[in-house]
Amino acid sequence: MTDQKHIERQEFNITVYAENQIGLLNRIAIIFTRRKINIDSLNTSPSEIEGIHRFNIVIHETEEVVRKLAGQIEKQVEVLKVYYHTNEDVIWQEMALYKVPTDVIAEKALVERLLRENGARAVVIRKDYTVFETTGHREETDNLIKVLQPYGLIEFVRSARIAIIKNSEGFNRKLREFEQAEPGHEVVENEYLNNRDKVFTM
Amino acid sequence: MKLMLTQEKQATALLEEETKAVSGAEALIIGLLEEGVETIFGYPGGAIMPIYDALYDYQDKLNHILVRHEQGGIHAGQGYARASGKVGVVFATSGPGATNLVTGLADAMIDSTPLVCITGQVFAHLLGTDAFQETDIINITTPVTKWNHQVTNAEEIPEALAKAFYIAKSGRPGPVVIDITKNAQIQKFDFAGYKPCNHIRSYRPKPIVRKEYIEQAAELINQAKKPFVLWGQGVMLGSAEQEFKTFIEKSGIPAAWTILGAGALPSDHSHNVGMLGMHGNYGPNVLTNECDVLIAIGMRFDDRVTGRLDKYAKQAKVIHLDIDPSEIDKNVKTTVPVWGDCKETLPLLTELVQEKKHTEWLQRFREYEAQEVETVIKDELFPTSEELTMGEVIQQLNELTKGEAIVVSDVGQHQMVACRYAKLNHTRSNITSGGAGTMGFALPAAIGAKFGAPNRPVVAVIGDGGVQMTIQELGTIMQSGVDVKIIILNNQFLGMVRQWQELFNDRRYSFVDITSPDYITVAKGYHIEGKRVSKREELTSSLEEMLNHKGSFLLEVMVTKENNVFPMVPQGCSVSEIRLK
Repeated sequence: MTDQKHIERQEFNITVYAENQIGLLNRIAIIFTRRKINIDSLNTSPSEIEGIHRFNIVIHETEEVVRKLAGQIEKQVEVLKVYYHTNEDVIWQEMALYKVPTDVIAEKALVERLLRENGARAVVIRKDYTVFETTGHREETDNLIKVLQPYGLIEFVRSARIAIIKNSEGFNRKLREFEQAEPGHEVVENEYLNNRDKVFTM
Repeated sequence: MKLMLTQEKQATALLEEETKAVSGAEALIIGLLEEGVETIFGYPGGAIMPIYDALYDYQDKLNHILVRHEQGGIHAGQGYARASGKVGVVFATSGPGATNLVTGLADAMIDSTPLVCITGQVFAHLLGTDAFQETDIINITTPVTKWNHQVTNAEEIPEALAKAFYIAKSGRPGPVVIDITKNAQIQKFDFAGYKPCNHIRSYRPKPIVRKEYIEQAAELINQAKKPFVLWGQGVMLGSAEQEFKTFIEKSGIPAAWTILGAGALPSDHSHNVGMLGMHGNYGPNVLTNECDVLIAIGMRFDDRVTGRLDKYAKQAKVIHLDIDPSEIDKNVKTTVPVWGDCKETLPLLTELVQEKKHTEWLQRFREYEAQEVETVIKDELFPTSEELTMGEVIQQLNELTKGEAIVVSDVGQHQMVACRYAKLNHTRSNITSGGAGTMGFALPAAIGAKFGAPNRPVVAVIGDGGVQMTIQELGTIMQSGVDVKIIILNNQFLGMVRQWQELFNDRRYSFVDITSPDYITVAKGYHIEGKRVSKREELTSSLEEMLNHKGSFLLEVMVTKENNVFPMVPQGCSVSEIRLK
């Protein structure tokens, strides 16, 4: 890791595994707000493991700050584990819904082609309006807004980002370790220290 | 939906009352007893009445101290925890009762003090309706608690309480709030007995110590020519005073303390080189920027300790021992992180470090000390001026207590003087509001400290500003009969702010001129003996009279008005730019 990388602000994807507990969202959110950091995107939903929620948080910050935030989030009693990654380290998607007048779609073959090009598919078709759905990166879903605007886009909504970590092994094994009263030596407790720069020199 | 369920449950609970054994309130009290709680600081009110009703039957087992304000209650809880090492327990009612705890929670959070605060809350079916004395205390206290939790059903009380104690005292300690709705306090349920908590899957209070980092740390220390130890409260919180002493004595490394760390190594220990930070000692500050290996133990590099960070110990390799991984690399970049409980890591490190003396290096600290004595300390402790100084009061106190007392200080100039000069023979003897700098802390904290360490003399040293913030707690002293010696160092100013205004704002003394009541008369009103002294020849005898008095005593010492605390690292300056005058 170069120093440059530490001081450059960029998008980071923070993944939090936590208990499904009332108030935890606030507890996590205030760790950002106390440093006056805006959360660009926040998704929270049940993970593949029952009772464990997964948060995906996107912020624009330096790695230095993100590392400290991650430490302070992980410190919360009900948080099991926090990871942070740059966009290169994750596969991410956002989902978007677009409502357009059906008559325009039906009449103009061009629109159909545009939708096809943008990977959109119809979710609901009614006499008065049709709802399309697409997933992709921000630019892709943005692009379809621009495309549909001339054809009377009525309403648009976009979800928060969800991201899969490229080199993760999932959380099941880790959780089993957490559930043991006495962690074994291979346990991850010191994981972030493992990954830290080898700054130690004699 | 959830609300309806709760109401239904309530209704069933009422129907089945005969078959259910214990109310939520009583289960709470039983839980407290199971946790070994002996003392509670609290103040009753509407929403916590069922708990107080249950407490009525346990007065022989639980000593409840009725405070005069909830802030006083929580500071007393803090003083109790800091003096005893046990968890402080505080009761308050909903609404204003609970919000009055916030300052103390913030103070306990930043100073890592284990507290369990029980707040009453309105009936569950009234939550969110702006009911009488309803405040959203969970959200209000989230940033200032290690953990908080609202209980709306009596059955959850034992488990919530067990978790609260476990979280408050384990790992890096901190305050916990349990907010219990009134219906849950009243509700009766089958109480299967109290089970203490010792594992929460999402919470790891401490890691398994990684030996390779200990080895790396030991290697750095063994090669160091000028190693320097900074220790903080972590040594005490980890009950590792003995392990720490052994480490220092074997390695021969000079060691300096943060104000919360004071006392973990006795003041007169050969390797104790003094206090760090803004008003710390000369040598430790200057030599921070000269040492080659800096070993930080259970401290968090607060800005009052480090001064300007980009000029802080840049030449040194840094070893940081801490139980809280989020502190490692937070302010100062670490060369070798030793994450773990210092009770475990210190003995491992001691084993690997070579026995050394570092005589010359230690001598450097003593040389700086001699300069500081000449320029600052001599005039402060043994002044020839007509008026009394704060320092000589502490000096005379040291002579009389021989360093055996617990010194509780408030916030400001007198605090710096007390921390700098108080002689401490024992651990857990310096109780002060460090991270938060809460004026008004000392009087209630001293009350708590006395209950936490009843066999030790407790002396509160308070300024004329801070004492007026929580002076109502004299009522608590009166009613509980607790024996606390109170010294008010009266310089008729908000001294620390005045000092800054003098030094940095061209003596524009903006609202720092504070008047005082006749403290002796106030004390008398509370049936507390008091005395005022302003002459040097009366100081020692007055202090003696105070210490020998049976029961509490208030001694007001009139000190010189415009004295400054030196040395000083001005804000924005490096520690090595410390000023002696």
